[in-house]
Amino acid sequence: MKWSELFTSSVGKKFVMGFTGIFLILFLVVHVSVNACIWAMDDGQMFNMAAHFLGSTVVMRVLEIGLFLGFILHIVQAYILENQNRKKRAIGYSVPMGNKGSKWYSRYMGWLGTFVLLFLVIHIKQFWIPSRFLEMPEVTYPPGVTVHDLFSLMKDTFTSLWVVIVYLIGCLALAYHLMHGFQSAFRSLGVSNSRYLKMLNSIGVGFAIVVPVAFAMMPISMYFGWV
Amino acid sequence: MEHYTMNLTLKVWRQKNKKDKGQFETYSVSGISSEMSFLEMFDVLNERLVVEGKEPIAFDHDCREGICGMCSMYINGRPHGPWEGTTTCQLHMRAFKDGDTIVVEPWRANAFPVIKDLVVDRSAFDRIIQAGGYISVNTGNAVDANAIPIEKDKADTAFAAAACIGCGACVAACKNSSALLFLSAKVSHLALLPQGNPERKTRVVDMIAQMDKEGFGSCTATGACEAVCPKEISIQNIARLNSEYARSGFTTDK
Repeated sequence: MKWSELFTSSVGKKFVMGFTGIFLILFLVVHVSVNACIWAMDDGQMFNMAAHFLGSTVVMRVLEIGLFLGFILHIVQAYILENQNRKKRAIGYSVPMGNKGSKWYSRYMGWLGTFVLLFLVIHIKQFWIPSRFLEMPEVTYPPGVTVHDLFSLMKDTFTSLWVVIVYLIGCLALAYHLMHGFQSAFRSLGVSNSRYLKMLNSIGVGFAIVVPVAFAMMPISMYFGWV
Repeated sequence: MEHYTMNLTLKVWRQKNKKDKGQFETYSVSGISSEMSFLEMFDVLNERLVVEGKEPIAFDHDCREGICGMCSMYINGRPHGPWEGTTTCQLHMRAFKDGDTIVVEPWRANAFPVIKDLVVDRSAFDRIIQAGGYISVNTGNAVDANAIPIEKDKADTAFAAAACIGCGACVAACKNSSALLFLSAKVSHLALLPQGNPERKTRVVDMIAQMDKEGFGSCTATGACEAVCPKEISIQNIARLNSEYARSGFTTDK
């Protein structure tokens, strides 16, 4: 068996999806934790410092490249798989199976992922590109650290109702994507032990609710001026 | 449940041969007993068609007791019809009410081309089995069946996987036309037992390679296969297959 076959056969492609999926889940943990600092009620100091830390060392920059590669691999592979799978039934059924036997969100992972991708494009344009490449307002905190004022950028961005709505749709798509993706990723990597699968199913449902809700509360908190 | 008779409208896929485009035809059947099996209802209709000088509807069947895996009808949007853990031949007409319309289609997948009406070519499954679904047994005297001790749990799990009759309902139900539930049942059944050990590494790799060649899709774990499987093969077998595949892929010598 060639090494390439291990990653390009029908099962191998799922390894890639599962592995990158879990990597992106870990990223979500970091992202939601850092962003939760907006609720420290210190006018964004803790959040701005935490965001500054994420771009402060070469290690973080290398991880950033890894993250983009992870995203690209996950997205490109998903579209290739979806495209191949759709071609496997040239003539369809006149009575569709629908929800008899599977959850709708497990069948619409491609669409949910596409919504998350569209959201991601907007999100990167609004926050990552300004902070990384453009001029940003800065603040200085004692004892004299100057950092990008991402907190103010967030507050400005989420004064607009349509932006808040777009973010909520993004969070909803992410929630359903994770509802199937979290436990499915581990199955793809070959976790077949009943006790672990049971645990991963529960953690997956919890994660798919808690993390997107936490993300969704950020634009809501900003819009209503709670922080 | 009380016995009753019913009149039904059937919409059945008719297709002369592989090349024919095919279309639905509507038939009315009357006086169908609630105690008939679904295939007996088709027998009644076919007898009538023969008497009328028409071509009877071709469908696959053999044992008619739910163990051979030949029957293969997609009934009202579900392989093997509305009952769980049931083959078409074991589906009985008491699942339906008087006046119902029943739509019957063949399995749909590029890897299962329609031969005629409701009959599809499932020889792709045979070729997958030939690729690795076997064990090596020396010739000579038959070995005592109980000579090798096997843990009860493992024997039970292997037996549950071995219950797969290869009907192809998993492929018919899967939105990707993946055959992975079938493969995983075969791989699990042999991987869990010591008798399957000699070919353990090559089996899963060869069978997956054959599956990909036959034009089946890849698994996205929706669970539709497990829901329609007449033998209730668990989707957990697919996770086990993935782990077997990784084990082979990372440790094989060649």
